[in-house]
Amino acid sequence: MARSINQNAYAGALPNFRNLGIMARILVIVNLAAATAAIVKNPDMLAAWRQFIESSALVEPLLILSLLVLAALSNVLRRIPYWVAAMVVLAVELALATALYLAGRILLGDEPSPLARYWALVALTTVALLAYFNLRGRALSPALSEARLQALQARIRPHFLFNSINAVLSLVRKEPQRAEATLEDMADLFRVLMADNRELTSLAREIDLCRKYLGIEQLRLGERLQVDWQLDTMPRDALVPPLMLQPLLENAVYHGIEPRNEPGTISIHVYAVRDELHAVLRNPYREASDHHAGNRMALANIRERLALHFDAEATLATRVADDTFQVRIVMPYIKSREP
Amino acid sequence: MTEPRPLRVVIVDDEAPARSRLRDLLADCADELALAVVGEAANGRAAIELVAAAPADVVLLDVRMPDMDGIEVAQHLQKLERPPAVVFATAYDEFAIRAFEVHAIDYLLKPIRLARLKEALARARSAPPRPGALNEIARAPRTHLSAQERGKVYLIPIAEVLYLKAELKYVTVRTATREHLIEEPLSKLEDEYGERFVRVHRNCLVARAAVRGFERAVQDGEAHWEVLLNGVEERIAVSRRQQHVVREFGKS
Repeated sequence: MARSINQNAYAGALPNFRNLGIMARILVIVNLAAATAAIVKNPDMLAAWRQFIESSALVEPLLILSLLVLAALSNVLRRIPYWVAAMVVLAVELALATALYLAGRILLGDEPSPLARYWALVALTTVALLAYFNLRGRALSPALSEARLQALQARIRPHFLFNSINAVLSLVRKEPQRAEATLEDMADLFRVLMADNRELTSLAREIDLCRKYLGIEQLRLGERLQVDWQLDTMPRDALVPPLMLQPLLENAVYHGIEPRNEPGTISIHVYAVRDELHAVLRNPYREASDHHAGNRMALANIRERLALHFDAEATLATRVADDTFQVRIVMPYIKSREP
Repeated sequence: MTEPRPLRVVIVDDEAPARSRLRDLLADCADELALAVVGEAANGRAAIELVAAAPADVVLLDVRMPDMDGIEVAQHLQKLERPPAVVFATAYDEFAIRAFEVHAIDYLLKPIRLARLKEALARARSAPPRPGALNEIARAPRTHLSAQERGKVYLIPIAEVLYLKAELKYVTVRTATREHLIEEPLSKLEDEYGERFVRVHRNCLVARAAVRGFERAVQDGEAHWEVLLNGVEERIAVSRRQQHVVREFGKS
């Protein structure tokens, strides 16, 4: 079973506490809340600042401890129903607050305000954060973004469809078997393009799709299209968003190969470094190319989907150097549970 | 009455399967319409040279091709002594299709249907193309200028042009290696290429990229500026009226 972004009907889901972006958000939001509280309590800004620093001594240890514990519990939390998990988080927070409160009393010997006040503050902050992540999850939930995803997915260039049909037509009379094989590949390609693509797919499958796509283009472009696959160290069990690479290859063909009379090479290099998966695509680049809108569209689409799946942990960067256009995707290396 | 001679057709498409398909379809047409495929080309340059060397009646021209698109190829073909009729073929190109419709230029949608191809060929035979329409649908300045000398067509990449100088009814196109004469008004070239060239004299446009510098010179006791160019010794006089160009170059 491939990992899905969220449950089907959106019942709510906790964020991935191991995600750096989520951690950063928690840190920022809690500190903003502390700062707001300090300013509300003190009309004088300097006093407010002092209060904020003071409260930091209490807030930061709890915050960091919470992040560690939640990261550790992350897998367990994701497996149990949302409401139970949310209660667990609340309980964890209250327990941690109590532990710190007691530790502070024993170690430092000071007698702060009653424990109930800390409980109330911690509970309120936790509920507010859970509500925020719930809303955010809803906003990014497949139910809502599906329409947009579907619309973007369908944006395989019509140009490609018609040219491929044309290429197949040219084969029908002379090489009927090759025409059949090409139509089968096209069917596979369009099946994926039109599928519900919310679930991650295996990298091996995505690469297979890329091969079929390039095979069809090869038919039209002949030796003008050279492909350099660098997949020796590719982890075949890695999970990636479906159609993460194919649209990039389509761009590469459209912008890098078609505008040239001479043959050009598209290179595809996929490898893993520890727990990161890298995919690097290169194609010849010439500045004069006048169609950029479609290019940006595909890049924005993939960026958006990567963010949806991996938040700040995935990046897509492009660069132009030495007449080469390069796209590099770095994302977490998630192993498929399938054998 | 003698039987009309067969329609001479040239196929231009950068993709081999597309050419092969057109060949098949033209063979199917041959039963009803006397025609002969007299040539095939995989790019615009080859197409122009082919048609210039061996005249054709109809050119079936792909719109999206590397280096020089079909519309520019057609513009160059128009300038030939006996311009062929042009029928564009395009898979999917909203802009071109709209432009073709607006200017009543015939085009075929890929995949091309036999019936539609026959129709286009029949029409091509009777209706010569309207020269102005092509310039109006061109999306970008031409990448090449075409000059004809003794029945041969020279395509001059615009990037190689150092200056354009009007002389009588011709414009001299100067590159680092040689000169060509073309029959186009200088003002039209100025409009087409805009910022690429700068007018230094009533009769002369200089490529900005080719300007090496300026030098004061005295002729007949009168001092004026001269443009120094990359790649050639020759200098171009800047007219009194265009002196501001020298100052503008100094700034940028």
